[in-house]
Amino acid sequence: MTRRFFVLVLLSMLVAAPAVALAQEPIRVGFLTVRSGPLAAGGRQLEEGFQIFIKERNGTLSGRKLEVIYADTAGQPALTKTKTQELVERNRAHIIIGPLAAFEALAINDYIKQVEVPIISSSAAAEDLTQRKLNPWFIRAVGTSAQVTQPIGEYAAKVLRYKRMATIADDFAYGHEGTSGFQRVFEDNGGKVVQKLWPPLNVADYGSYIAQIKPNVDALYTGFAGANGLRFLKQYAEYGLKGKIPVLGNMTNTDEGILKSMGDEALGALSAGWYSAANDTPANRKFVAAVRAEFKADPGYYTAGAYTAGLFLEAALKVVNGKIEDKPAFMKALRRVRLTEGPIGPMRLDEYGNPIMNMYIRKVERKDGRLVNSVIHTYPETSQFWTYAPKAFLANPVYSRDFPPAKNIE
Amino acid sequence: MAFWVIQSLNGLALGGLLFLLSSGFSLIFGLMRVANLTHGAYFMLGAYVGLSALGAGLDFATALLAGGLAVALFGGLVERLILRRLAARPPAQRTLAQVLVTLGLAFIIADGCLWIWGGDPMPLPVPAALGGAVRAFGFVFPFYRLVVVVIALLVALALWLGLERTRVGAMIRAGVDDMEMAAGMGLPVSRLFTTVFCLGAALAGMGGVLGGPILSVYPGLDTDMLPLALVVVILGGIGSLLGAFVGSFIIGFVYTFGQTLLPDLAYVILFLPMVLVLVLRPRGLFGTRAA
Amino acid sequence: MKLGAPVFAVALLLVPLIPSPYYVNVASQILIAAVFASSLNLLVGYAGLTSLGHAAYLGVAAYAVAWLTTLGGLGHLAAALVALAVTTATAACFGVLALRGTGLAFLMITLALGQILWGIAYRWVSLTGGDNGITGLTRPQPFGFDLTSPGAFYYFTLAIAAPTAAAIALYVRSPLGAAVQGTRDQPRRMSALGHNVWMVNWITFVFAGTGAGVAGILFVYYNQFIGPQTLNLTNSAEVLLMVISGGAGTLLGPIIGAATVVILKNVVSAYITRWVMLLGAVFVLIVVFMPEGLGPGLHRLWHTRSKSTS
Repeated sequence: MTRRFFVLVLLSMLVAAPAVALAQEPIRVGFLTVRSGPLAAGGRQLEEGFQIFIKERNGTLSGRKLEVIYADTAGQPALTKTKTQELVERNRAHIIIGPLAAFEALAINDYIKQVEVPIISSSAAAEDLTQRKLNPWFIRAVGTSAQVTQPIGEYAAKVLRYKRMATIADDFAYGHEGTSGFQRVFEDNGGKVVQKLWPPLNVADYGSYIAQIKPNVDALYTGFAGANGLRFLKQYAEYGLKGKIPVLGNMTNTDEGILKSMGDEALGALSAGWYSAANDTPANRKFVAAVRAEFKADPGYYTAGAYTAGLFLEAALKVVNGKIEDKPAFMKALRRVRLTEGPIGPMRLDEYGNPIMNMYIRKVERKDGRLVNSVIHTYPETSQFWTYAPKAFLANPVYSRDFPPAKNIE
Repeated sequence: MAFWVIQSLNGLALGGLLFLLSSGFSLIFGLMRVANLTHGAYFMLGAYVGLSALGAGLDFATALLAGGLAVALFGGLVERLILRRLAARPPAQRTLAQVLVTLGLAFIIADGCLWIWGGDPMPLPVPAALGGAVRAFGFVFPFYRLVVVVIALLVALALWLGLERTRVGAMIRAGVDDMEMAAGMGLPVSRLFTTVFCLGAALAGMGGVLGGPILSVYPGLDTDMLPLALVVVILGGIGSLLGAFVGSFIIGFVYTFGQTLLPDLAYVILFLPMVLVLVLRPRGLFGTRAA
Repeated sequence: MKLGAPVFAVALLLVPLIPSPYYVNVASQILIAAVFASSLNLLVGYAGLTSLGHAAYLGVAAYAVAWLTTLGGLGHLAAALVALAVTTATAACFGVLALRGTGLAFLMITLALGQILWGIAYRWVSLTGGDNGITGLTRPQPFGFDLTSPGAFYYFTLAIAAPTAAAIALYVRSPLGAAVQGTRDQPRRMSALGHNVWMVNWITFVFAGTGAGVAGILFVYYNQFIGPQTLNLTNSAEVLLMVISGGAGTLLGPIIGAATVVILKNVVSAYITRWVMLLGAVFVLIVVFMPEGLGPGLHRLWHTRSKSTS
């Protein structure tokens, strides 16, 4: 009796053994987020987007469990570097997703090259990361700052037929890059940027800047980030300029994350972006419904960015059958990913690791009592270089406050 | 022409806002010699409380009181339970301990606000009666900003009357001039301190609610506002409410016109006049004594 | 206490034996913060001058090294020496301005000067790279040693931090140091005795700035990048909090304060989301229970306990 029992146990163990051996280690994803300080709202949205992704896949990709380790960088680059080291050295992360801010991503770029860990940027838009400061381990799941504003430069000149425009943007790299992209394409298409204003990032009040806007321009380009789009548009309306001088902005000017707190002052504002919650495709409808059900708000830049980073991870893992440990093969697969569906739309990466995807021209409208970024025009297959040849583009200095030079300032 | 009018009004409005922010700080520092570095956080906390009050359906005036009271209560507890303990310490150690505790509290309040209200920026709605714009001579200016200037003037007047015409005010002034003598004369120094601290905190909290429609409420508001309050009080001079008043409007104008005329100096335009004044006259414009 | 010092020294030398390279890196960061805090302590603890702009000097040195090694084409040692010179010169000039006031006026001038430098770092994009900062730095290779590994860099940091701490201790124990403390406590009496109060304070200011410059050089070689965020008000406030919470006016205090803040920020933050609130609470508790700082406070506890058991 006991002998038969033991044999049975032994046999079952033999059968189970291969299964036990196959139950591999989980895939460890190091997620750089921001949970403290002024950038915390964006960090929360990044986490929400990724959580929806994980939930939809039941926490498993290619047969392996996903283990996500979140690290709070507080938006401080020195802390970002430490946290990245912690994720790589202490938590032995297989892949990093994040960080939130462009300057954080630049701070860890050299370290990532040194430790050779794949990283997918879910929000950092710094141009040079996929232009002049290339990193074989880095890909981006979202667009660069200017990738978004170059199309609206053309739209303003060719479709809306604006001739003279002023620009106002946050005085830091993201604002500079976006404005430069806009200015270059707008002027190449016959327009003139006659005024450029640069309010400091943490300015108390936009009143003195709004008063400086030349009254005889056709429209105003706005390039704000974080909470500033909300504050600016409100004050813009208070000073009576809404409706007098139309507004076209970058993606974060009327991002869904702040749009929900805005009112009538935002109606009619145009913007360009690689995502809109109002984009009517089956994949996006499903995504937006899931985010709304779970978090009671529409997804925007950060939420969609993090979710898409997950999509890239999933697609690359499928190609290597879940073997993320084979780093060269995994990176090769990651760079070859082609997404046909997804909240953003069809995407593939260019040879620099940056997505080629749709750019949507959006207009703020009220639907079902809620403000949304309705898509009014789509530029398909837009790259970070717009219509310029990559080599010539890269031969120029990176977009900055002084490049391209503003020749038409009055 | 319209441009200069609007910018002047902007300077005025910013000055009014700065006075609402810094009057509390000036009061506390003038009497108690406490550099209350939690001040920016009190401003922000008042704004968040006001926002919740408005969200609960209360009207603006009640929300204003709610913001002021909540922060006054918090400030009172801080003064009684913590700052009071430091009074017995030697002066050098006391100053450092004050810096440590007020900054520590600022961290707690800032992170607490992030926890309770989340990180999304939220606009404080302008009360309907005070909204709209003034349209004259071809320019448009938001009415609410003019209201802020008027309120700042009223607060300044109320504080001045309070200090000059009431017994409590006289006691405060006596304490500011010479604390030891005042205590020796039998003034209830301890109760005075708590009163002044609560008043200063309440001013900060109400300032936050009043500033909300212009600045919005967002994490980081505290660290954006604190240097402004410090600059105004130092420029105006320690212990002088008139100094805080004048300093606010000087900074308001310098900042507004400085940004316009010298955009390259936008990041430093706030500090240059202050450094200039301090280097030439360390006690500030109206200070009664060096800090 | 006599036994403590050699044990401490041996412990410092054995840090790289910790199996996880992550904690060795944290130790390097603690050393760098300790140098930074100790330099500020000269002003805050010994001269009695509270500064809210000390991050400026760390930043100036870091930016100088970054620029000189990437665009300036200088070697690591040359860049470090030039950076120290530039930082000392900056401290000398700023000291003249700051010492126009005492107390809150001094605090405000240092805050303003720090903010002005921050604004320059942010806006002079062609020199500093703006908010993206300067990246791509390499670590030095003193005598051919490669400093890429955490252990190697730790020893390098220790080799620089220890003499710097010793220099600060020597300064404090010297007649000049005694004069500084005298002017902190009794400025009028010191003046009557013939000391030049201003000069004593100014020399201390410059020395403090140079010390922060050393920390800045270590900082930028550790991180291999620099950005304007390092010069902001929050960082100046943080180093001031390290000094006060550890115990201003003591030699060990800033080191304890630096360790506390670095560990809370880097290690505890992985486990507790509300670590900022915790940090604030720690400061408040220190003020309530150990207002003289953690260093003297723990020392006091240790001695009262041994007294009660004897």
